[in-house]
Amino acid sequence: MAMTITEKIIAAHAGRDSVAPGELVNAKVDIALGNDITAPVAIREFEKLDVKTVWDKHRVVLVPDHFVPNKDIQSAEQAKMLREFSRRHELVNYFELGRMGIEHCLLPEQGLVLPGDLIIGADSHTCTYGALGAFSTGVGSTDLAAAMALGEIWLKVPAAIKFVYSGELSPWVGGKDLILYTIGKIGVDGARYRSMEFTGPVIEGLEIDGRMTMANMAVEAGAKNGIIIPDDITKNYVTGRARREYDFLDSDPDANYEQIYDFDVTNLSPQVALPHLPENVKPVEEAGDISIDQAVIGSCTNGRISDLRQAASVLKGKKIDPRVRAIIFPGTQEIYRQAVKEGLVEIFIDAGAAVSTPTCGPCLGGHAGILGAGERAISTTNRNFVGRMGHPESEVYLSNPAVAAASAVAGRIIHPGEVA
Amino acid sequence: MECKGKVWKFGEDIDTDAIIPARYLNTSDPAELALHCMEDADPEFPGKVQPGDIIAAGKNFGCGSSREHAPIAIKAAGVSCVIAGSFARIFYRNAFNIGLPIFECAEAADNIEENDQVEVDMKSGRIINKTKGEEYSAVPIPPFMQEIINAGGLINYVARRVKQNA
Ligand code: SF4
Repeated sequence: MAMTITEKIIAAHAGRDSVAPGELVNAKVDIALGNDITAPVAIREFEKLDVKTVWDKHRVVLVPDHFVPNKDIQSAEQAKMLREFSRRHELVNYFELGRMGIEHCLLPEQGLVLPGDLIIGADSHTCTYGALGAFSTGVGSTDLAAAMALGEIWLKVPAAIKFVYSGELSPWVGGKDLILYTIGKIGVDGARYRSMEFTGPVIEGLEIDGRMTMANMAVEAGAKNGIIIPDDITKNYVTGRARREYDFLDSDPDANYEQIYDFDVTNLSPQVALPHLPENVKPVEEAGDISIDQAVIGSCTNGRISDLRQAASVLKGKKIDPRVRAIIFPGTQEIYRQAVKEGLVEIFIDAGAAVSTPTCGPCLGGHAGILGAGERAISTTNRNFVGRMGHPESEVYLSNPAVAAASAVAGRIIHPGEVA
Repeated sequence: MECKGKVWKFGEDIDTDAIIPARYLNTSDPAELALHCMEDADPEFPGKVQPGDIIAAGKNFGCGSSREHAPIAIKAAGVSCVIAGSFARIFYRNAFNIGLPIFECAEAADNIEENDQVEVDMKSGRIINKTKGEEYSAVPIPPFMQEIINAGGLINYVARRVKQNA
C-alpha cells in the first residue's frame, strides 16, 4: 500500500506493514522529551505508576529551558524536580544550565533525534524534528509519563496535506517567511490533526536551519507533525552527530494526500504576523507604520546560528534605535560559542543589543524581556497570542531575524532592504 | 460529576495562553492554577465560576502550547465540561488523559449563549440547552478514548498495562 513518510514511520514503530489515516495505534518511541514546565507534572504522574525506573535512561530527555536560569523560587523548585529525577533514574540526557539550550535547538544539535525516528515531547514545538525526516509530535505531561514508563504512545494516524513550494526566493526571505505565508493561507486550524509535508524545489534548496523553522511552526496551523523528506542536506547535518542507526524514508509517489497546495514563492516578501494570531500574516510592506518597543531574536523557531548570522548582517555597524530594547537569545551553548567565535556577539553588543544565555525567556512571557501594557515587540518567535510576551494589552509581531533586526534599528517594522 | 450548569461563552481559537498564562506556570498546583483560569480572556471568570459551570466556545479551542496545566486549571476551577466547535489536538489528548469531559459540537457552539443553562449526557453526548429548549448531539467519543475515561484517565489505564507486563 502506498504511504506517506509519516505513515511509514508510524507503521514501522507500531510493528505494522502499513497504517491508514484515522487508525489508532500503539507506537514505540525513540525519544521522550520534557521541560521544566511539563516534566514536573509528568514526574508526579510517573510516580503513581508501579515501575521502578524509566523504560530507557538514554531515551528520556529532560531539558530545563523555560524558566532557566531559575527566575523565582517556584521555578527553582520545578527545575530541581527534573534534576533530582534525572539523578535518581540516571538519565544520560539531562542538560544543566551552562550546558543546555532551548530543547528544540538542542536535541538535533546533539544528535539525539534522527531521520526515521518517532519522537514525542511534552512541548508543542516537538514537531521541529520533522525537518530531519522524523515523525515528531507534541503531547501532554500525562502522555510523557506513560511514555517514560512504557516507551510507547497511543497515536491516531493523521491524514496528510502536501505543500509544494516552487520558484526563486528573494533576498531576506527564508523558512520563517514560507511557514508564516503558509499559515496565513490555511489558518491556525488549517492543518488540525493533519500531517504537513513540505516539499518542492524551494524546500530541497533550504538549509537545515530554515527547515527546522518551518517544521517548528506546523503546530501553529494545528498540525500533528510537519515533515520534510531527508536528503543530502539532512545527511550532512546528522553525520558526525548521530550515535545510533537512522533511517532515510520517502513518501511513495502515489501516497494519499487529503489536499495538495502549490505555492509559487518567487515574489514572496518577508512576512509578518500581526497580533493576535499567527495567521494574521501580511507582507512586511503592508504591515503598516508600526513603532516597536522591543525586538526579540532567538527561540526554538529562529535561535540557530544562521538566524544569528542573518541578524548580525543587518546590525553590523548600525545602532539600535534608542527607544528599542533588542534582546538576542542564542538557541544553545554551542550556538552561543559559535556566535562569539564569528564575532556576531560583538556586532550585537556594538549595536546596543542585550545578548542572553540560552533560555525560552520572553518567548512565552516567562522572564527576561516581559512587555508592559501597550508595549509592542517584533519577535522571531512563533506565537503572538494575547499576553504571550507579557501584559494582556501588549502586542507581538512575528517575523524572520532580518526583519526583527532591521526594525530594531528603525524603531518601527520595516523591510530589511531599507537599512541593510 | 454531572455536566450541568451555567455557560461561560468564549470565541474561536481560544489558546492555552488565554486559558492559563505562562506567568503562572511556575506552579502545577491545580488549586493555584484555577485562580487564574481564563483570566486574560475574561477577568471575571476565575472569581465567579461555580462548580458545574460549562465552558462553550468556537472552533480550535485549546490551540497553542502542550501545557496540561490548561485542562487542569479548567477542571480545578470546577468546570464540569467544555463544549467547542472543535478542539486543538494536544488539548484534546490532554483533556481525556486527565479526565476533563469535552464535547465537540459545532451546532452547540453556534447556538449556546452566555448564561444559558445546559446539561450534557456523558454517555450519549446529547447536549440539552434548557434555556433555549434546544438539543444538539456531540461527535461520539472514539471507543479507545472511552476506555481511557472508563479506566479513570491515562495513568490508571497505563498502570493496568504495567501490571500485565510485570
Ligand atoms: S522557545 Fe518558545 S516556543 Fe520554543 S520551546 Fe521555548 S517557550 Fe516554547
